[in-house]
Amino acid sequence: MNRDAIFEKIQEVLDDALGVDEDEVTPDASLTADLGAESIDFLDIVFRLEKTFDFKISQGELFPENLTENPDWVADGNLTDAGLAMLKERMTHVDFTAIEAGDRNISKIGDLITVNSLVNFVEIKLAG
Amino acid sequence: MRWLWIDCIVEHEEGKRLVAIKNVSLAEDVLHDHVIDGKPIMPFSLLIEGVAQTAGILVGSTSKFKEKVILAKIAKASLDCDVTAGDTVRYDTTINRLDEAGASTSGTIDRRVASGEAWERIGRVELLFSHIDNNMSGTEFPEDNFVFSNNFKMILETAGLADLAE
Repeated sequence: MNRDAIFEKIQEVLDDALGVDEDEVTPDASLTADLGAESIDFLDIVFRLEKTFDFKISQGELFPENLTENPDWVADGNLTDAGLAMLKERMTHVDFTAIEAGDRNISKIGDLITVNSLVNFVEIKLAG
Repeated sequence: MRWLWIDCIVEHEEGKRLVAIKNVSLAEDVLHDHVIDGKPIMPFSLLIEGVAQTAGILVGSTSKFKEKVILAKIAKASLDCDVTAGDTVRYDTTINRLDEAGASTSGTIDRRVASGEAWERIGRVELLFSHIDNNMSGTEFPEDNFVFSNNFKMILETAGLADLAE
């Protein structure tokens, strides 16, 4: 399945999970900031991706979870160098450039999950 | 005390499907507060709650009610016609997907009117449940399982399913 086909299926998934129009689902759209996703929507999206693409997604594999439980990763609400390194290693589907260069507040991490990062994720899963 | 919106469980397939019924009665105050064109109507929100309680018991039963199962999202809900006093409704729920974080379920609402014998499909509800002790934010909740109270145990016992909780 090529990226265009994956993207079209993800448009349908987000249309069902978030009630957004397909034309709002652009590659750069952030799930939280642009498409209004809340935390429970991520579980919904995980279940729908599994059904659509017929693979299993482990907890924390697609979206970062429970970061604040580890003080090595988060200090004073900000992602540490170790936390960032861990995320970059585990989540190769996400582009961390914006948070690397600027605000490292963990509330900003959700904004990094874009439609494009979902396409990357599915592409990696299907290849692997 | 928790407000129950199902009367009894009528079918159960372990870990897969649970069916409950609700007899709608004029004895319920809520119908008197929801009169449309002179007809007392069961609010759609409470029909969804009935589906959620049915599906919630099904999801809870998979962990022997150790997990705190909370309705987190109404993914889809549609209803074709009203339900009124004297009607019986049937909630037929199945688990689509279950993992440590939660579950997605599908449910249907069927109605049997007081003068009839046939069931009629009138609604569909897709729900998402969260196992809140395993939430993404890491928030902690009390140890006591406040979701599945004694009322739910009574419903299980009535249906001969008390062993589901043991």
